Amino acid sequence: MALLRRPLLLLLLIVTHQFLQFRIAFGSVNEEGLKQEEFYEELLLKPFPDRKLLTHFHFQSSAPPSTSNGHHHHLFPKAISQLVLKFQVKEMELSFTQGRWNYESWGGFDPIPSSNAKPPGVELWAVFDAPQHLIDALWKNLTHTLSGLFCASINFLESSTAYSAPEWSFPPASGKLRYGTLPREAVCTENLTPWLKLLPCRDKAGISMLLDRPSIYRGFYHSQRLHLISTGSCSEGMDPGIILEQTLTVVLQPDSQRASLAHASEKHIQPRWSLSSIFGKRISGRCVLAETSNVYFLLDRGLVAELEHIHKENVLISEKFWTNPSFELSAKPDRIFIEESRLLSKNASVLYKFEIEKYSESEPFDLGLFWKTPVVWLCQQAPLHASRFLMGSGNERGAIAISLKSTQSSEAFMGSNSNDERCELRVDVFQVVPWYVKVYFHSLQVFVDQQPKAVSDIIEKIHVSPSKDKVSPGVMELVLTLPCSVSSAVLTIEFDKGFLHIDEYPPDANQGFDIPSAIVSFPNFHARMVFLENDSLNKSPLLSKFQEKSPVMSYTEVLLVPLTTPDFSMPYNVITITCTVFALYFGSLLNALRRRVAEEERFLKDKAAKKMGRIPLLLTKLFAKLRGRHLEGPQAPPASSSFINSKSVLKVILIAGLAACWQYYFS
Amino acid sequence: MQDLCTMVHLCYCLFLVLSPLIELKDSQIIFCTDVVSAMLIRATGQNLRLAYLRSLESLDLVKQIEVSGDIAALIYLCNPFTIVACVGLSTSPIENMAVILCLYGACSRLIPLAAFGWVIATHLSLYPAILIIPVIFLLGCGPDSPPRKLFLQRHQQKEVLNQSKLPPRFSWGPVIHFAFWAFLWSVYVLVLCGISLKQFGGLWEMFKSTYGFILTVEDLSPNIGVLWYFFAEVFEFFRNFFLIVFHVNILFMILPLAIRLRHRPCYLAFVYVAICSMLKSYPSVGDSALYLGLLGWFVNELADMQFSLFLFCGYVGVSLLSPVMHNLWIWRGTGNANFYFATAMVYACLQIVLVVEGVSAMLNHDRKLRNLITGKPQDAKS
Repeated sequence: MALLRRPLLLLLLIVTHQFLQFRIAFGSVNEEGLKQEEFYEELLLKPFPDRKLLTHFHFQSSAPPSTSNGHHHHLFPKAISQLVLKFQVKEMELSFTQGRWNYESWGGFDPIPSSNAKPPGVELWAVFDAPQHLIDALWKNLTHTLSGLFCASINFLESSTAYSAPEWSFPPASGKLRYGTLPREAVCTENLTPWLKLLPCRDKAGISMLLDRPSIYRGFYHSQRLHLISTGSCSEGMDPGIILEQTLTVVLQPDSQRASLAHASEKHIQPRWSLSSIFGKRISGRCVLAETSNVYFLLDRGLVAELEHIHKENVLISEKFWTNPSFELSAKPDRIFIEESRLLSKNASVLYKFEIEKYSESEPFDLGLFWKTPVVWLCQQAPLHASRFLMGSGNERGAIAISLKSTQSSEAFMGSNSNDERCELRVDVFQVVPWYVKVYFHSLQVFVDQQPKAVSDIIEKIHVSPSKDKVSPGVMELVLTLPCSVSSAVLTIEFDKGFLHIDEYPPDANQGFDIPSAIVSFPNFHARMVFLENDSLNKSPLLSKFQEKSPVMSYTEVLLVPLTTPDFSMPYNVITITCTVFALYFGSLLNALRRRVAEEERFLKDKAAKKMGRIPLLLTKLFAKLRGRHLEGPQAPPASSSFINSKSVLKVILIAGLAACWQYYFS
Repeated sequence: MQDLCTMVHLCYCLFLVLSPLIELKDSQIIFCTDVVSAMLIRATGQNLRLAYLRSLESLDLVKQIEVSGDIAALIYLCNPFTIVACVGLSTSPIENMAVILCLYGACSRLIPLAAFGWVIATHLSLYPAILIIPVIFLLGCGPDSPPRKLFLQRHQQKEVLNQSKLPPRFSWGPVIHFAFWAFLWSVYVLVLCGISLKQFGGLWEMFKSTYGFILTVEDLSPNIGVLWYFFAEVFEFFRNFFLIVFHVNILFMILPLAIRLRHRPCYLAFVYVAICSMLKSYPSVGDSALYLGLLGWFVNELADMQFSLFLFCGYVGVSLLSPVMHNLWIWRGTGNANFYFATAMVYACLQIVLVVEGVSAMLNHDRKLRNLITGKPQDAKS
């Protein structure tokens, strides 16, 4: 019977195998017919008014939805797709940042600052596509995985004191979002290398060749970001499609030494730069795996308006635009895009596009810019400039203040955005405070234009989840409606500083503790740039990213709160001293309570010693114990004089000591 | 001052009751509770004095032993600790009033009031639960008197056994009555709490975040006790052990004290209150105010207590130095945690000396009475 069954089983296996193979083949054919895995690489360059240069690398890989039995990827990093599958991540963003985005001079309204300016350290948020009760466990596993993947201590976000679940203030509002930051995480090459490993060409070919570590980390600000969205439901054995977007934003100062050497008249001229002078490398051809490989050079609205004002004509889009009276580009752009201006003002950004495909090893691509005349302009600012600071002194209590100051450019938006008189500016504030900063939410005060206002007038919606000691951080989400004419608004909230266990302090405890950045967003304002694009074939993810309607967001500074520290060298001393005191209490109180017994026994012994021999003495002792003390009670004499003796000895010693002191001082 | 930190974890009900009132008049309520406590202390003191006079009369010792009245209320009101607790808007005066209410009710045999005071005091700060032992003694055999043995001896000497002059034997009636009322009040309080806390997780959540917070010393903010620094420094794996040790330290002393001081239930209550305020997880100056106030009831009995000047100077010194050290450490950042901890340590030692010397002075007082009765020459140190 067994012999018969085995071939049957084998046959069955073969048949099913054949069938499966057929299905796989069919699936893959179908897949190829539909979509392929794609990779795009782009670089955006943009001069800033304060002689700095923004370089924004944008890499996008996407994997289409596929059948679950094909875990193989051509271009897409396997680690990421496994991570998405395992932890059911719907959307995730991880950023490593060093330095602070200077909102005042680098702008805060464009798509680049509002989606790429990140708080210092590590920021991670993730939306899960899982039942509510599993999300915390998934988050913990995700942090550990990312920690291993990016060589960073993201695993510290695992503890429930480090992350929070914002209800509605974070952009993809849902209850399945978790948010955590590590403000003190140091970011360096060991984080960049694994990030580069996710690219199909790494940094060996294409635009990523420019990523020269010393020049990146010499910059004023750099932020590497990883954003992934899984599209499509993972139903019926289909893996979700994933779009992975990796950006690296670096703000650099091109050759400052040469600028200082130049003579005084040239000091106001923006510095000249080229890719080779900034990064020390040139782009020798594209990454062959990339669909498109482009470099963009962006002149923002303010700059374009200024240049047009100087030259009184539209030189930027004329025939010989790359050598106009103001500046000279070293390479000829392939295309020019002009922003589709939605506002009444006719200022529009201008974007030059350079295609890398034309360049090769023998003829590398190098873009340079040489300014001929000095130009001064302003970047477009967010409606309100947010900053945050601490108030109060001492280590017991303090207050956090978030101040919102209107920027000059905001008036223009106000005028254009609202025609009616009851114009209101909506501001969302999201603030997480660690548990050891015990915030009293009732003490929230609002000042508008230096005038105290009732909280209910200004705050439209508020969501607060108070912190629990050693369990969860405090979260505050506010929706403010401010009048458009506001020039400044300040929110203050008081807190008490907690005291931690000796093990909970970080290694350098006296440095203080960081309060993560608050997120201030303006939902009525959208950072959006729409460029007129003729060819839909050659579309670029970066430009389509610019066209997305995302609210303007900015991060405030990280606060450093000094906390009181105990003496870290004292545990043994404290334990021994305290225990001694408690032993003293216990022993002496017990002694005081049973003193009568001792006295009586001593008396008994004295009496017995006088009268009787040894054995009767013991017997009487035993009897006394057995019969209880009260019979002998009345006969108990006054206590022995030993105490008096010891006291007199003490007195003698004291007097002697005093005399010695007297002698010492007056001789 | 430093005792405000415990406020947050007080029972929710208290806040529900007090919060609208506190908005009206801040310190008025605390002030009024202090005045009411002082009046109750005075009434109890009078009560005790009358009872003690009666028992001394039956021993014919009135001439030798002085008894005085209402100094305790004055001590309570004029104590700087009480004033600080009142000005600092601490809630400890409310807890203190509940304790005093309990003792007053037991002394004047208002059993429902005593039960109410005991239940509320336990509800507010847990530690007064051990006051049930002195209250039972108070209800069972009446207020403080010299040991019963002395009366028997006295009457043996006179060879007349006048039952009416003897202090009553232990009677179970009032105790059962008290138990019934205590049960009733606690059910009442729990039901009220349950109703008001239904939407916040119910009673279990309340127990966890009030009694649990008291028993597992979670808040490490500096206070005048020593446990905050101890638990901030102790190794995590010893934490549970020491929590048990410190709380058992209170419980271990209950029985020996109850045996030796059973004829003086009010004094027993005082000792318990003092021990609790010394060993509790978040002590405050308000607790010291309570036991120092109660100390006034026993001024005469404790007249020949040792080290009283030393204790007085110690208390003054600690209460002056401790704010200075706190300021140096927390506000100026020039001091160190150890400076403040040292004053807390000295304060703990002072309380220990007070309790130990108080107990032995009371035992000596009893001895003195016995010697007076038996006609032995009195010795200074007996």
